[in-house]
Amino acid sequence: MDPIGVTVNGVTHPLRGVAVHTSALDWLRDLGLTGCKEGCAEGECGACAVLLAAPRDDGGTEWTTVNACLVPAAALDGQEVVTAEGLGSPEHPHPVQAGLAEAGGSQCGYCTPGFACSMAGEFYRAGRTAGDETADGHHGPNGFDLHALSGNLCRCTGYRPIRDAAYALGEPDAHDPLAARRERPAPGPAATRLGDGDERFVRPASLDEALTLLRDEPEAMVVAGTTDWGVEVNLRGRRAALTIAIERLPELRTLAFSDDASLEIGAALSLSEIERGLDGRVPLLAEVFPQFASPLIRNRATIGGNLGTASPIGDTSPALLALEARVVLVSADGEREVDLAEYFTGYRQTLRRDDELIRAVRIPMPLAGLAAFHKIAKRRFDDISSVAVGFALDLDDGVIASARIGLGGVAATPIRARATEAALMGREWNRETAREAASVLGTEGTPMSDHRASAEYRALMLGTALLKLSRSTPFTTEEVPA
Amino acid sequence: MSELAARPTDPVVGRRTPHESAALHATGAAVYTDDLAALTAGVLTAWPVQSEQAHALVTLDVRPALDVPGVVRVLTADDVPGVNDAGVKHDEPLFPSEAMFHGHALAWVLAETADAARLGAAAVRVEYETLPSIITVPEAIEAGSFQGIPRTIRRGDPESVLATAPHVFEGVVEVGGQEHFYLETHASLARIDSEGQVFIECSTQHPSETQEIVAHVLGLPNNRVTVQCLRMGGGFGGKEMQPHGFAAIAALGAMLTGRAVRLRLNRTQDLTMTGKRHPFHIVWKAGFDDDGRILALATTLTSDGGWSLDLSEPVMGRALCHVDNAYWIPHFVAQGRIAKTHKTSQTAFRGFGGPQGMFVIENVLGLAAPALGIDAATLRERNLYVPGQTTPYGQPVRHAERLHTIWNELRHTSEFDARRARIAAFNAEHDDVKRALAITPVKFGISFTLTAYNQAGALVHVYKDGSVLVNHGGTEMGQGLHTKMLQVAATALGVPLEAVRLAPTRTDKVPNTSATAASSGADLNGGAVKHACEQIRDRMAAVAGRMLGIDQRDVRFSGGRVAGLGVVPPGSVEVSGSSFTFAEVAQAAYHQRVQLWAAGFYRTEGLHWDAETMQGEPFKYFAYGAAATEVEVDGFTGVSRMLRVDILHDVGDSLSPIIDLGQVEGAFVQGAGWLMLEELRWDTGDGPGRGRLLTQSASTYKLPSFSEMPEVFNVRLLEHAAEDGAVYGSKAVGEPPLMLAFSVREAIREAVAAFGPDGCSVDLGSPATPEATFRAIMAARAAVGAAGERPGTDAAATTAGPRLVPSDS
Repeated sequence: MDPIGVTVNGVTHPLRGVAVHTSALDWLRDLGLTGCKEGCAEGECGACAVLLAAPRDDGGTEWTTVNACLVPAAALDGQEVVTAEGLGSPEHPHPVQAGLAEAGGSQCGYCTPGFACSMAGEFYRAGRTAGDETADGHHGPNGFDLHALSGNLCRCTGYRPIRDAAYALGEPDAHDPLAARRERPAPGPAATRLGDGDERFVRPASLDEALTLLRDEPEAMVVAGTTDWGVEVNLRGRRAALTIAIERLPELRTLAFSDDASLEIGAALSLSEIERGLDGRVPLLAEVFPQFASPLIRNRATIGGNLGTASPIGDTSPALLALEARVVLVSADGEREVDLAEYFTGYRQTLRRDDELIRAVRIPMPLAGLAAFHKIAKRRFDDISSVAVGFALDLDDGVIASARIGLGGVAATPIRARATEAALMGREWNRETAREAASVLGTEGTPMSDHRASAEYRALMLGTALLKLSRSTPFTTEEVPA
Repeated sequence: MSELAARPTDPVVGRRTPHESAALHATGAAVYTDDLAALTAGVLTAWPVQSEQAHALVTLDVRPALDVPGVVRVLTADDVPGVNDAGVKHDEPLFPSEAMFHGHALAWVLAETADAARLGAAAVRVEYETLPSIITVPEAIEAGSFQGIPRTIRRGDPESVLATAPHVFEGVVEVGGQEHFYLETHASLARIDSEGQVFIECSTQHPSETQEIVAHVLGLPNNRVTVQCLRMGGGFGGKEMQPHGFAAIAALGAMLTGRAVRLRLNRTQDLTMTGKRHPFHIVWKAGFDDDGRILALATTLTSDGGWSLDLSEPVMGRALCHVDNAYWIPHFVAQGRIAKTHKTSQTAFRGFGGPQGMFVIENVLGLAAPALGIDAATLRERNLYVPGQTTPYGQPVRHAERLHTIWNELRHTSEFDARRARIAAFNAEHDDVKRALAITPVKFGISFTLTAYNQAGALVHVYKDGSVLVNHGGTEMGQGLHTKMLQVAATALGVPLEAVRLAPTRTDKVPNTSATAASSGADLNGGAVKHACEQIRDRMAAVAGRMLGIDQRDVRFSGGRVAGLGVVPPGSVEVSGSSFTFAEVAQAAYHQRVQLWAAGFYRTEGLHWDAETMQGEPFKYFAYGAAATEVEVDGFTGVSRMLRVDILHDVGDSLSPIIDLGQVEGAFVQGAGWLMLEELRWDTGDGPGRGRLLTQSASTYKLPSFSEMPEVFNVRLLEHAAEDGAVYGSKAVGEPPLMLAFSVREAIREAVAAFGPDGCSVDLGSPATPEATFRAIMAARAAVGAAGERPGTDAAATTAGPRLVPSDS
């Protein structure tokens, strides 16, 4: 319960007296660190990006980038934050700042501190190595992954000079304090109690404490990465009497094969942590991650959060449905496991009781041989799906032995495309099967028209998804796609 | 070369100089308006009470708000000591009794914190007496709901020619609006200083007009109100007219409470309250000869002006002046009118109607090319202006040969023909994905069409130590104006760039300024800064002449040294006494009681414009450019990607190449966003949400991100391009390159056509989102089945199609 303050740019600032729902962005600005900007207050633009010291698997620290607008200041108790001001000054700029300035990477400059932070996060990424994968179109000769900047919007430059600045970065020099900081452990979680009376923020010290708290006050708002709750607070003015932060509880941060050989993914792991931890071992999820929002979001957003909000347009759900994932729910009374396909009961409603936490998801093994994730959105990165489709097909000698298809964006909940699955089962996987099943898939769900897409387009996209899959997947029969 | 355009040897203009604030930007040290508020103790926050109906009489009960802890005051119409209006047309009540759009601010709550202000605003009770509303342009046309004065540009006899032309096409098309989405939303911070002066820090492109509106709302003379703009986090036209009312609210709050008041819109407020690029509804009819030469064009443009006039008239004027884009159209009529709808008041946005005007002819050419059986690039090239021709409004197209130079050079450097052949081969091999490469030109007129705006002022100080302070009337919104002005001053005074500092824009330094708009910031203010500097330099030359024992006409200023002609070539070792430092001469001038500061003034010469007949020479010159863009379109989804973009653009002789390159690239991507991605959607249904903007956040209104950057992006500036009519031979750059993005739209159109039969004409919605593109692909594929007949809208072949609005009713 010790720390009740945040180390910002090396200086500890007290949190006492800070309102529970104050975002890190507003708190930093009140400290005078106005380089941190509000562009949207919903994690879309990255103008508020800052660096946060996070634990690395090997016991060291990594500098992760997060949207300060979405994180409550209270959630940072005991943590270390670096802002653009902490990276460097006009007289002594950090290499990413000098690079941005010299390359013409800033015009109006409002987004630039956020870009500098995102760029610094990638600059310090362990495993960024020169000469890798330049052919994929988004890695520089210095190993810089341009996707690191996909959560930062710039309205002035058209991005080219920012890319050039990123690709021209070298390695941190020998005296770089932030590089050196990586070798020491990150701050551990600090059990936190902030506020009183009307509004309280609690980070329980243990799972038991969390579950007890939740049993006693089931109306509490449970938060992990706060990438959804932060939007509710900022844009819709929502407030909670009790906010319980659970993302550092060890029981919720597992990533392992459990006794029954299924893969267990802790609900409170960030998507970035899962992506790194799985390292491509679940190809369907590996396809989802790069398309899920932006790194600034993925560094905070959790799989439990994505299932907890139960949004019909969350991107992990269609994939997890196709993987036949099960949800592990825990309460003071114990654990239970439910099939994800039965977990969603209505628009943003689920089987989870108010006194339960999502502890993990379990993915049965072995995985299907053929998997793909299709996301339809206006923008390739950092956008919300109009339609998302997760495919997992098992072929036995060219015949479809099992088919599981998860859909997002076409009903009040994420759904399985049961009729399409039935239409595929037992058929030979060929062009004609794909075409016939596609016409079934086009009728699944009950898509609606909204500002993202029309109902008609959503249905059409369902219809083309299998055709697209069939074109990108070799058939096992003699037929070869054109 | 004119004195205005000529450069001295070793000028500071033309050097590759990063943005003057770049180091501040990158380190978070650059201060914006609301950053000041964060550092101001005891500041109150203003929060709007927004209408929840599109059109209604409203009655407010503000008392419940006063019960909310932290609320200090609620501002209403009763509080206005002066004129209750935020516009220049007196059609924008600051506190309305009639809500004119969903989101309209009806009252403002002042509170100790943003949270308290928000809760206070929610507590205000609003009674609505619902009135009928008009949301879409077709609804407005149907209802005859227009505002402002309709205008027509006419040349020749288009009606007769269209009646006899060998090939006639017609159609109706709508082009969507665009949200500015400057990263910094509208912001003002007002306080009353010890002398009773109202001092407003404001994110505004037009400080003088902000000052005037604040003064008339407060009932004060202009000399009691000072507006300062440090810098803006983007403007793009969105802060030309729109900041005034917000500044007035902050100022009114400060005056009534005696405390500093901040007003910063959050993103949703900014999206739902402020104007955008005008959506346009376009009816057109065009005639061609057998060779594809345009014979005549008749078009009627109806812009969606929103609830008030704002800048809709000059926006339409510029639209009408750009329907021709870069093409000779002998017989021409374009009429423009402004619909009045219950939406935000649409306003200036980079291009200012020019993009919507050019949309007409580029759309016509893109549709007609396949129907005429002529390749679109050839059709465009065949119709480009040649020297000696004039625009439909009677202005000679000076330097029309540059269009051809640019066109040919770009075709060469982009390997246009070879890539076209490769693309054809690719398309023949791929059924599900198609590529295309399109080239389009830009010709954009530079100058405010309101001639009076074409003036500017500057105030330059040389201090005794030789350091220089520049004030000018232009504002910095990221376009690099201040960087260019520093370079202009350093060039004119012959000092190093580091010797010059630029002070924030303030109305008490340079009065009666024009908006920093119409791409004219550097032309106008550069002229004024140069004028001021040259007065000082000439006076210092007289002093230096005496010091050097030479005639003052032989004194040269360069690199911070003052010497006689030819005495000290740059970089050589000087002979003692043969030259002096700039500071030494300044010091001497002071002791000789020579004035070391000057006011500069500039007016653009040679402009004349008859707004009634829409004839004259409204533009000082034209900016030219062309872009060749290759796209790939996915047949399963309609998603398109820019594979490669090549641009050659004419900025005259660049004042600052890094800045100009950045303007060209940024404008292109912004234009591509408008044409491909950015979609404003309003609730047009009859439910309670009618008129509500549905895309009112960053998560629903999508602007280009890194993933939309062209994979290969080659931008070059035209060389040896001195413009005689502008400062140091440069040209304006802010707006023209935005319209290079038509190459993207036309490439998408051609790629979609590749899904259809040969000669397939593609009608493409705008923006060409994946959904709109997919619809076009379905239509093109359906045309494969329609055997024999060539698809298209050739009126000679089909009598179907929309009726053309009578050309001069």
